Amino acid sequence: MDDVLLSVRDLVVQFPTRGGILTALDGISFDIKRGEVLGVVGESGAGKSMTGAAIIGLIEPPGRIAGGQIHLDGERIDNLSMDDMRAIRGRRIAMVFQDPLTSLNPLFTIAEQLVETIQTHMAVSAREARERSIALLDDVGIPAASRRIDDYPHQFSGGMRQRVVIALALAAEPDLVIADEPTTALDVSVQAQIIDVLKRLCSERGASVMLITHDMGVIAETADRVAVLYAGRLAEIGPVRDVIKDALHPYTHGLMGSIPTLAQEDDRLVQIPGSMPRLTDIPQGCAFNPRCDRVFDRCRIERPEPIPHGTRQVACWLYDEQQIKAAE
Amino acid sequence: MLAFIIRRVLQSVVVLLVVGLVAFSLFRFVGDPVDNLLGQERTIEDIDRVRSELGLDQPFPVQYFRFLQGVTQGNFGVSFRQGRPVADILAERAPATLELAAVSALFAIVLGITLGVYTAIRRDGWLSNFIMTSSLIGVSLPTFLIGILLIYVFAVELGWLPSFGRGETVQIGWWTTGLLTESGLKAIILPAITLGLYQMTLIMRLVRAEMLEVLRSDYVKFARARGLSQRSVYFRHALKNTLVPVITITGLQLGSIIAFAIITETVFQWPGVGLLFINSIQFVDIPVMASYLMLISVMFVVINLIVDLLYFAIDPRLSASRGGGH
Repeated sequence: MDDVLLSVRDLVVQFPTRGGILTALDGISFDIKRGEVLGVVGESGAGKSMTGAAIIGLIEPPGRIAGGQIHLDGERIDNLSMDDMRAIRGRRIAMVFQDPLTSLNPLFTIAEQLVETIQTHMAVSAREARERSIALLDDVGIPAASRRIDDYPHQFSGGMRQRVVIALALAAEPDLVIADEPTTALDVSVQAQIIDVLKRLCSERGASVMLITHDMGVIAETADRVAVLYAGRLAEIGPVRDVIKDALHPYTHGLMGSIPTLAQEDDRLVQIPGSMPRLTDIPQGCAFNPRCDRVFDRCRIERPEPIPHGTRQVACWLYDEQQIKAAE
Repeated sequence: MLAFIIRRVLQSVVVLLVVGLVAFSLFRFVGDPVDNLLGQERTIEDIDRVRSELGLDQPFPVQYFRFLQGVTQGNFGVSFRQGRPVADILAERAPATLELAAVSALFAIVLGITLGVYTAIRRDGWLSNFIMTSSLIGVSLPTFLIGILLIYVFAVELGWLPSFGRGETVQIGWWTTGLLTESGLKAIILPAITLGLYQMTLIMRLVRAEMLEVLRSDYVKFARARGLSQRSVYFRHALKNTLVPVITITGLQLGSIIAFAIITETVFQWPGVGLLFINSIQFVDIPVMASYLMLISVMFVVINLIVDLLYFAIDPRLSASRGGGH
């Protein structure tokens, strides 16, 4: 397992509030291998973005990592000082945010923002940094990069701005790019292009990608493996092909059922009844049990931990060995 | 850009005409200047003679028109009380007010922005909370009271600083400055603080609020996610965005610093145009009052124009929309 780039173990993120402590992430574990694209899916509030923020060390106070460990290349990074973590941000772990219209500082030219980022992490001259910036913009597909580089963000369209954001994220050649719903704010016609650019550039540079999205279609086309989050917990993780073809966790099963396909004859999509519990009242046992169509007594009492199952891990009592034996 | 400036200058002229009209019509009600000029032993003939000499027997629109006519030729009329051209009197008094206003503005802007940024970055620190709480005093106490308190503490009790006047001044051309002598510098401290305290606290609270807003923005998060230094995130990326709205308010405040100088100058007997104005009201010296108001409104208008131009310098989005280049 020496090709593991990022390892997250039992990650717990909590927010102290007036009404008590909210647990936003509750014991999440997964690995990202070098060069791998890991898709992270789940409903809004499932903890996808929070996981990304925790890895890059940018959880908004008063939230904090209350437990677990994050290792990058074998080195623990969740307890680093502000300065040490700053040296990792951008240089080794980069992030692409959802909305390209607000991700770029409106008062600085693209050149200023790129050059500053490069010079923060690399000992190069301003001239060299500028040349690198132009090359980056070329790579992400900005036409006439050497001329457009001195433009301000408002002079670019949404799709072009997201390309600039990707160039900024890749500026210091990070090992891992966390892309937090990078296409949600864009036109459907541009989404595929942006995902292409992101995937191509990262694979050229050997960078791993953690692709956060709620679009299973994007995951199916882009990711190597997929992690399904539900209510701050990991429901299922495994190779995309397996998960899509044969979802183990009833929640994943429901998610897959909600993807429209052309082959589908039924006029209604499968829908999971109910909605995800709020963080303040997560049910006892399995967080999914009130909505699950295969629920049984144990699910209401004991909380399932991820259990290895073939190529995958799944947090569901249906796949507990004892349960399987009992059924036989 | 040029079209914008021309348009603004034309607008400014209209504003000035209206200000002049309002000022002039208000002066109808401050009293009869002839009473003060002639004293008690006047005859009806004297009064009529003085009235026609000063043009006060003319109808109001004619008086206003004559005043404007004079102003456009650089002639602000003759002071009823001193018998000298108003332009000379204003030129003599203006340096004192402008120096006071400049020092207060500097105090307000430098300290206001510094403290605003500090209290935004160290949001929950005890020093920030202390600064924020004490800034309420600056916002809520009236200027004259602050002046009197400062005089009481630093001039009367401690005896460190003078309580009135401008100290020794040095003549440079037609400009008299108090900033080059020790007594002049000492004398300007209390009035400048009195005049600038309100603006300082206002700028500080504004900068803090804007800065907190900007620090929550996506581009600041993205700047942090790229590993940029704290210094760059705060003072390059956040501060520049903070200053865009702050500039408007600050510009307007500079205008009111000059206008509010009347109160501070009265409290500290500062020999500037504000004090001149107060004295002129007592003597119903209409040419001086009218000229003072015109002068203040010219300054307001000029400062606003500069503020608008500063916008263009700081925010590229504006010049693009004006220039139509997309």
